[in-house]
Amino acid sequence: MSFGSTGDWWALFAHFGAMSMLAIGGAIAVAPEIHRYVVDERHWIDDTQFSAAIALAQAAPGPNLLFVPVIGYAIAGLAGAAVSLLGILLPSSVLVMVVTRWGRRRRESRGVRAFVAGMAPVTIGLLLSTGLVLSLPMARLPAAWLLIAATVLLALRTRLNPVWMIAGGAVAGLAGIV
Amino acid sequence: MSVQPAPRSAGELFRVFSVLALQGFGGVLPIAQRELVERRLWLTREQFVELLSVSQVLPGPNVVNLALMIGDRFFGWRGALAALAGMLAMPLVIVLTLAAVYARFASEPLVAGALRGMGAVAAGLIIAMGLKLMPTLARSPLGRSPSLLVMAATLALVGVLRWPMAYAVLGLGGAAVIAVWWRLGRPE
Repeated sequence: MSFGSTGDWWALFAHFGAMSMLAIGGAIAVAPEIHRYVVDERHWIDDTQFSAAIALAQAAPGPNLLFVPVIGYAIAGLAGAAVSLLGILLPSSVLVMVVTRWGRRRRESRGVRAFVAGMAPVTIGLLLSTGLVLSLPMARLPAAWLLIAATVLLALRTRLNPVWMIAGGAVAGLAGIV
Repeated sequence: MSVQPAPRSAGELFRVFSVLALQGFGGVLPIAQRELVERRLWLTREQFVELLSVSQVLPGPNVVNLALMIGDRFFGWRGALAALAGMLAMPLVIVLTLAAVYARFASEPLVAGALRGMGAVAAGLIIAMGLKLMPTLARSPLGRSPSLLVMAATLALVGVLRWPMAYAVLGLGGAAVIAVWWRLGRPE
């Protein structure tokens, strides 16, 4: 775990900049790739910190993409949070502003329809991958698998606000069950 | 003919997006729909769906794209930045405060336990989101089985084998896009 050279700062910005352009279907879909890079390849943070960042962002109000600055914060403090947030926002935002009017006129065209329909299954596969990547570090804890399965069932079968499930998970953790 | 209401200033956009972002636990989109379409009438349901579908086609976080496009619609670049800043500013302060508190107490067994429990729930919520979206593949112009195959291959490459994501998005996604393009071009 070492971070600090100028090259590291550029790598951090460039990584989240690339994620910005790959995030079709939400920021959470690129979580497995962020995990591969910052945890497995660079060793800037560990599995626990990564999972904590996602959990904190889900527990707080606001868009899910805020797990990105939390990961940046874990890597390099407030400056890390700023650089990673700027990285995930800047490239796609500029593109959106440029392409919006073009896309509004073309949404029924063959190209746009092919793009949407072709990318949809990839997006869903990436979401399931995110769930898997977050679950595997807890593989040796049967209670955690039970908690994950219960959450999936509750989310599919009820309209319970997710904040109560997160709170339930926190209580289970505090009680030492997980 | 009635005139459709609109925000009076970029400042109002900022305030409205701040308020709706702060209500968004586990997803801002449903709140945005209720606030912008049903309560303030700034957009019709059709306009909202149109903006949403464009925001999903483009790369980048969906809610960010949506905020940019709605802001742009009313006040150009200034409006886009106001809506985006509103969407992110307050939640960012809150989540970084939580992160700072967590970093300070991460070694406490109680805090570590609570975060582990919350992490398991977060994983479950994301898996559930993926499962909820799966039925939409049945109506895909790509066809149900090919869609599920692409989805499973993505999960295997990225989730299990941990390949770099660009291969899955460009390779599998690219192949699927070409397949749909070809199918849409065939005479009925």
